[in-house]
Amino acid sequence: MSLAKRIIPCLDVDEGRVVKGVQFVDIRDAGDPVEVAKRYDLQGADEITFLDIKATADNRGTMIHMVEDVASQVFIPLTVGGGIRCVEDVRTMLNAGADKVAINSAAIFNPAFVKEACDVFGSQCIVVAIDAKKVSAEGEDNKWEIFTHGGRKETGIDAVDWAKRMACLGAGELLVTSMDRDGTKVGFDIDLTRAISDNVSIPVIASGGVGELSHLAKGITEGHAEAVLAASIFHFGEHTVEEAKLAMQKEGIEVRL
Amino acid sequence: MDQKLVAVIDYGMGNLRSVSKAAEHVAPNNTRILVTHNPDDIAAADAVIFPGQGAAKACMTALQETGMIHPVQAAAKEKPFLGICMGLQVLMGHSDENKGVNCLDVIPGNVKHFEFEENSTLKTPHMGWNQIQQTQEHALWHKIPQDSRFYFVHSYYVQPDNQDYISGLTTHGTTFPSALSHNNLFAIQAHPEKSADHGLQLFKNFLQWNGQ
Repeated sequence: MSLAKRIIPCLDVDEGRVVKGVQFVDIRDAGDPVEVAKRYDLQGADEITFLDIKATADNRGTMIHMVEDVASQVFIPLTVGGGIRCVEDVRTMLNAGADKVAINSAAIFNPAFVKEACDVFGSQCIVVAIDAKKVSAEGEDNKWEIFTHGGRKETGIDAVDWAKRMACLGAGELLVTSMDRDGTKVGFDIDLTRAISDNVSIPVIASGGVGELSHLAKGITEGHAEAVLAASIFHFGEHTVEEAKLAMQKEGIEVRL
Repeated sequence: MDQKLVAVIDYGMGNLRSVSKAAEHVAPNNTRILVTHNPDDIAAADAVIFPGQGAAKACMTALQETGMIHPVQAAAKEKPFLGICMGLQVLMGHSDENKGVNCLDVIPGNVKHFEFEENSTLKTPHMGWNQIQQTQEHALWHKIPQDSRFYFVHSYYVQPDNQDYISGLTTHGTTFPSALSHNNLFAIQAHPEKSADHGLQLFKNFLQWNGQ
């Protein structure tokens, strides 16, 4: 009897609609965030993460309404990321019904914002998203750095040092995405996940690269993550969240079924 | 039929919307869920939900500033009362959080931080779905199977002086009280508003409970 490892489907949202093709055979409108969230809830998703992919000021209003709609019908934890830049942004999303917000680039431009947000709202609702890329050459000791702008811009910040710093500032959780693996379907960067997870006392969510069910369990057993996040393997109806949990359970991982 | 008024206490912190929405989702037609910071509403309510989030000190300060201390203490002794998360912890006498904070002292006892060994792989906050072992029969456990999983997010846990108050236990490194009950009061460390069907069932049970 202990804490279950979590599976978190992640949805990209633009103008209040789920984008990047979510397909369920028996769902009326696969772009409707409420319908999609309900479906994942039914399948046993432990949380759902919504990413506002454009994160423009225009998009903000529709994002808030979407969170309100989902939160009034789906009763599992919801995380919202994309364009969270100031304490007011955090407050707006929490008031709309989000349980956590993911802070990404704003943490890099202004690390004090992470501390401020944790002080005001509590660590439990502040997730820091870390986009990392391997910068060490073959044969060298592993080294990853933080990248912004979807992995295009380097910052020169060491990913493990950054993770420790964010934990010190009060972050409640880290969402660690390998920009090398994102979209490749070859599995998580296990070394990255483990290097960060073993160096912080807060939970780590592994992200980037899931292409088959067996990848999920590895994020936990080898990467030492507390939770795994995936998008495409669930969206295209290849696998349900329940199948993913059964596969994890077979590997001896405790899951909520 | 008479209308039933359920007050969700608003002291300016935490995500009240999730709690009120979950309660509304399962509320019978004659039940009105009112988010309020008005002591008169709390006095008039048939039942009270006391949610909580954030740190103990900030929570106590907010309760003080909004004049909620006495209304909450009174309600916790008089009518069906449901404390959630920080709304459980601040019912205790004292919390170790923020270098020590005196709390509402509705339930004598202390609030402690999780302590793990140096090389432990256990994480703090205790975040995610964990099981609650029901250690007493209670109206609020109706139709919720033994050892059901609920969603937790916290770094501190309660230790009541009187073990008879314990209604549920959960293990995260250490086994801690995850639900307390006494007369008209039930308080839970997990977030029923985020615990899918079992959480909704707990709200349903609470809305039907007469406090006995």
